Amino acid sequence: MREVGIVGVGHPPFGKYEGSLMAMLCEAAVAALDDAGLKTGAGHGVDQVLVSSMGASQVNRQTGVASALVDTLNLRPAMAETVENGPASGASAVKLGYMAIVSGMCDVVLVVGGERMRVLSGWEATDFVATMLHPEAEYAYGLTLPSFAGMFTRLIMAKYGVTERDLAMVSVKNHQNAMFNPAAHIQLVPDLEAITEDEDALTINPYVAEPLHLYDTCPVSDGAAAVVLCALDVKERFAKRPVKIAGIGQATDTHVVAEREVPTDLFAVRRAAERAYAMAGLGPQDIDVAELHDAFTILEIVEAEEVGFFPRGEGHLAVRRGETRIGGRIPINTSGGLKAKGHPLGATGVSQIIELVRQLRGEADGRQVKDAQAGLAVNFGGFGNNVVATILTREEE
Amino acid sequence: MAVLDKMEAQLRPVETLMVPYPAKYITQASGEKLVVHQLTREDVPHLLKAIQPLTTVEKDFYDVVGCRVVSELVGWMRYRVKDEYCLVGTVNGEIVGMVNGRMLTDKIGMSYHTLAIRQGLRLGAQLFAAKMEYHMDFLKQDEVWVVAESPNGFKRWMIEYELEPRFEQWHELGGVPTYVLTRKLWEKHKAAKCGGRRPVPEELLAVAKQMTLPSIYGQIPGYKRGE
Ligand SMILES: CC(C)(COP(=O)(O)OP(=O)(O)OC[C@H]1O[C@@H](n2cnc3c(N)ncnc32)[C@H](O)[C@@H]1OP(=O)(O)O)[C@@H](O)C(=O)NCCC(=O)NCCS
Repeated sequence: MREVGIVGVGHPPFGKYEGSLMAMLCEAAVAALDDAGLKTGAGHGVDQVLVSSMGASQVNRQTGVASALVDTLNLRPAMAETVENGPASGASAVKLGYMAIVSGMCDVVLVVGGERMRVLSGWEATDFVATMLHPEAEYAYGLTLPSFAGMFTRLIMAKYGVTERDLAMVSVKNHQNAMFNPAAHIQLVPDLEAITEDEDALTINPYVAEPLHLYDTCPVSDGAAAVVLCALDVKERFAKRPVKIAGIGQATDTHVVAEREVPTDLFAVRRAAERAYAMAGLGPQDIDVAELHDAFTILEIVEAEEVGFFPRGEGHLAVRRGETRIGGRIPINTSGGLKAKGHPLGATGVSQIIELVRQLRGEADGRQVKDAQAGLAVNFGGFGNNVVATILTREEE
Repeated sequence: MAVLDKMEAQLRPVETLMVPYPAKYITQASGEKLVVHQLTREDVPHLLKAIQPLTTVEKDFYDVVGCRVVSELVGWMRYRVKDEYCLVGTVNGEIVGMVNGRMLTDKIGMSYHTLAIRQGLRLGAQLFAAKMEYHMDFLKQDEVWVVAESPNGFKRWMIEYELEPRFEQWHELGGVPTYVLTRKLWEKHKAAKCGGRRPVPEELLAVAKQMTLPSIYGQIPGYKRGE
């Protein structure tokens, strides 16, 4: 089978973007093309462009985004599609790019993920994201992603003894990591005591969906991120040594969360990771760095268990022992994660993969994991009903 | 001189005695302490130096808010606004934000502006809450009229406090739609929004009163004071 690598990454800062969705996507795309040593215009060499966005049509009233991007960047006549798979759109688009290359249809694919959601108020953003829930069984009753996460956290707390302080520790760690990532939305390290124990804790760190607080939830961010994929048999065309896509796994679960056999298990995360490991010929013990979808801090803990880093119910103990910090046994969310880097839905999966590329290239500066050889990203769609896991490995010369 | 004095006396509004706002402090997510204390007219020239750099920042309407705050504070300092007050927020003695407003009548408060200089800690929201606290709990007013000049303000005040729209009543700030914080809404949201402790330890208050000027403005990349 043809092998695929990543030869270019572009990641402008997440946060609040003043321009249009298209301008934001173009910035990321141009940065990735630059990194790969490619140019726009005649002879650009890009066969396919994939754009991942969950809300372009609903929030920004723009459809056909990939076609528009191709023309704006003068990448015609490249093929173009927009990919929507909820918050897992980014990793899905990378997967489709991978498939396009493996099939032999393309040599070079540009994947651009982006979301411009700061045009919405916080509550409107929550409502828009909730449209991926089951319309009759969930959305109609006012359920939202934070409310699901809150209920899920309660169950996990009762079952395994996870505390609010454990969750805050995940948050502090990710915010600390983000301080070394200039693209992170929030550049501020919360103080563990101040956000948990202090008399003012509930004013400055209010409950969003009890028992989850503001510092347990990702902010609403604008942002775009882009990668250039290529067949490894054409890697000589590019300036940078590719990072190999060694494994991709995807799995789905029931749409209605209440229909799951064990509501505290994230079956699709486990299955997606197993598939990715099998394809890569690796196991959890081989992973040096991971980006896990921490839209809520609880998800980082449970996903870390589901991908096999820790036994079920023990993820929070590893957090207490500092095993998920940079320098720990398995550093998680070195980029700052969704919690601190931000979560512009369609961009997130691409952004996670970029962090792994940076780590595997040794370009992660102050947050570099020493001698990282393999990385795992988990991009989580719905409330865990569609999950994509991607494994990247360092390509030796 | 005597004629001028008489003229001046006629120009000045008659002032109502307002109970002072007792200083308080709130521990921030960063672990730092935000101290909120009330300013006097004499403090205004110094505070203006902290605000002036923002008066040309278009992003998030800092220009509109900044320019208006400057004019309101100068108006207050020079006795051309009736019953105005200003609360300032400091962290480690540095000015990080301010709020101002005035009493329209003994029952109605007129909220002017909230300006956060330091961003990211939601200091602005806490200063706004302090301002509402002053009107409702110390000046014992029935309601406060509020307008928003930026989407940020609209999200934080109109939406989060569920302010009552009352467009038929014109706010002093240019007749933009008026929203009202009623006592009922204040009692509903106060516990979640309004934090802080009193009294402020003497040492902390002394540092707060130094009111050093901000050296960094996130809104103005590369800013250097004096340039
Ligand atoms: C409106 C205003 C006062 C709000 O100030 P504030 O409450 O201090 O706002 P902050 O910037 O600290 O708070 C928002 C920040 O919280 C942080 N935040 C949001 N979600 C978060 C989360 N889940 N976890 C951690 N931090 C989060 C972010 O850093 C966010 O900053 P961003 O909006 O730049 O992304 C301020 O924006 C301002 O002064 N604007 C100009 C003047 C103005 O508009 N005044 C009001 C007129 S009505």
